[in-house]
Amino acid sequence: MSLQNYSVTRSSKAARVAAVLGALCVILLISAPWWAGRAEMRLLGELFLYLALASLWNLMAGYAGLVSVGQQAFVGFGGYMLFALTMFGGLHPFAAIALAGVLGALVSVPVAVLIFRLRGAYFAIGTWVIAEVFRLGFAQVSALGGGSGSSLPMAIVKSLASKRDMREALSYWLALGAAVLVVTCVYLFLRSRQGLALTAIRDNELAAKSLGIDIWRTKFTVYVVTSALTAMIGALIFLQKLRISPDAAFSVNDWTAFVIFIVVIGGIGTIEGPIIGTLVFFALRETLADLGTIYLIVLGIVAIVVMLKAPKGIWGLIRTRFDLQLFPLGYRVIAPKDDKEA
Amino acid sequence: MDWVNAIVQGTLLGGLYALFAAGLSLIFGVMRLVNIAHGDLIVMAAYLGLTVTATVGLHPLAALAIVVPAMALIGYVLQRGLLNQTLGEDLLPPLLVTFGLSVILQNGLLEVYTADPQKMDAGALETASIAMGGLTLGVLPVLTFAIAVAVIWALQWTFYHTAVGRAFRAVSDNQDIAQLMGLNRRHVFGLAMALALGVTAIAGILLGIRTSFDPSIGGGRLIFGFEAVIIGGLGNLWGTLAGGVILGIAQTVGAKIDPGFQILAGHLAFLIILAIRPNGLFPRIAA
Repeated sequence: MSLQNYSVTRSSKAARVAAVLGALCVILLISAPWWAGRAEMRLLGELFLYLALASLWNLMAGYAGLVSVGQQAFVGFGGYMLFALTMFGGLHPFAAIALAGVLGALVSVPVAVLIFRLRGAYFAIGTWVIAEVFRLGFAQVSALGGGSGSSLPMAIVKSLASKRDMREALSYWLALGAAVLVVTCVYLFLRSRQGLALTAIRDNELAAKSLGIDIWRTKFTVYVVTSALTAMIGALIFLQKLRISPDAAFSVNDWTAFVIFIVVIGGIGTIEGPIIGTLVFFALRETLADLGTIYLIVLGIVAIVVMLKAPKGIWGLIRTRFDLQLFPLGYRVIAPKDDKEA
Repeated sequence: MDWVNAIVQGTLLGGLYALFAAGLSLIFGVMRLVNIAHGDLIVMAAYLGLTVTATVGLHPLAALAIVVPAMALIGYVLQRGLLNQTLGEDLLPPLLVTFGLSVILQNGLLEVYTADPQKMDAGALETASIAMGGLTLGVLPVLTFAIAVAVIWALQWTFYHTAVGRAFRAVSDNQDIAQLMGLNRRHVFGLAMALALGVTAIAGILLGIRTSFDPSIGGGRLIFGFEAVIIGGLGNLWGTLAGGVILGIAQTVGAKIDPGFQILAGHLAFLIILAIRPNGLFPRIAA
């Protein structure tokens, strides 16, 4: 028996199978405009955008330890930028979405410098204050409809595509593209050197620091990138809705509470968690939404129970039971087969 | 004179914010817990007050005699039944559990009391005023401020002159050694939460007499309390009162410039202080 017979690998059979199945799923979903109805496509589009938001929040809270309850600041900011840039800047909606991301990143820099002074839970409430400042600030802008909001002019909507079917397909593909892009970005980021540093910080901040990792800068990078992408998702959300108001754009329930529940139920600190959480969340919503407030109470109770009894969520339970990792991040040592007899 | 009036009214308003903040400050000091549901608990206390005044026919201030012990009991049960399980090295469980609790409370109140704004009727107290040196002060705001000072003095006294306060300080300094010395930290935490929610009950009733309220306003109250705590400096109760006053003045002065600017001015004052004095004005403990 020699050491050379051992191999170190990231991949596994399950991961390869999952990658193939995932690719097939994405191809199937791309073709949805040819086989799905209008209502299903709307629902799927919304699901993709929630998946993107949840993956981003998970990267912040589950990996960088930045628990924000104020991500609605960037969702609403992105939405308002879409409206402002298309209505007053005369930009094409696609250009506006991209620029909303850039502006989101720019705005997040001073915000981060300020609220990174708060630690832990106080950081969380600090992000909420920022979101409130954004909400109250945009409510003061009378050109964007002030407190009552405004609708996207028909001419801009038509600039996407002249026919309604085509517009809906386009908006669906954008949402799907955003979700695939975000999940892929998060995955590749976590596999990179920066991602390794981030995981080290999560596991032990002091040890990470002693290895020379710049904790502040790593977290800062995550915050800015997440904010930029969240702003772009926000622009997409309000491109679907075609109407924006401060209360809808900066809603803590819609853009933060639901997202947190998705991540906690699915499994925080895993890439698979937000995907499972989003599916569970939409399944619950479609079956229980008629119950209104009761549904939200149930959701809150489920999240509390999961947090206390299974802190790694549904995916955490599956992973410990079957030793699965569909998005392989860690390396594992494979022993040569004939070793077992030796 | 208008500006002097704005500053005086803001100071009195700050008393209410200090009451929002005192409970938050107390539980953070004792167990490093930040309760995201704090604002919703304030609103819940206001609704309890409403129910008591409506069914028993008591004056809202007399209803305190029922609401304060009720909230204290809820606090003890909540801490021992739920929140104690979340405490530990990891930051996520307390944060996410209290966040879930906030959603449950808000929607529970919505289910029971509907979304209609409510207000407590305190009779002549609401409109009574006293003239002082050219200013007209409402009796209710003056009373609120006096109650805030009394509550903070009482909390301070409890902390430094009673056995319970000694237990609070002991578990705050080192939970494990306090446990070894024969203190049951789970019980001590329960008592701290009971005391905090007792103060919250006072805040809720005074809020309910002052303005109309509905189930959705909890988040905003949490933010005001939080801002007062951070402005004043963590772990300093008198600092929290000062923080509340600064926040109140920023809001009334902001409202004087433009009515739509009131709340925003408070937030901006908070962010400015965070930028120049990250530990608040009178810090006592590090976060």
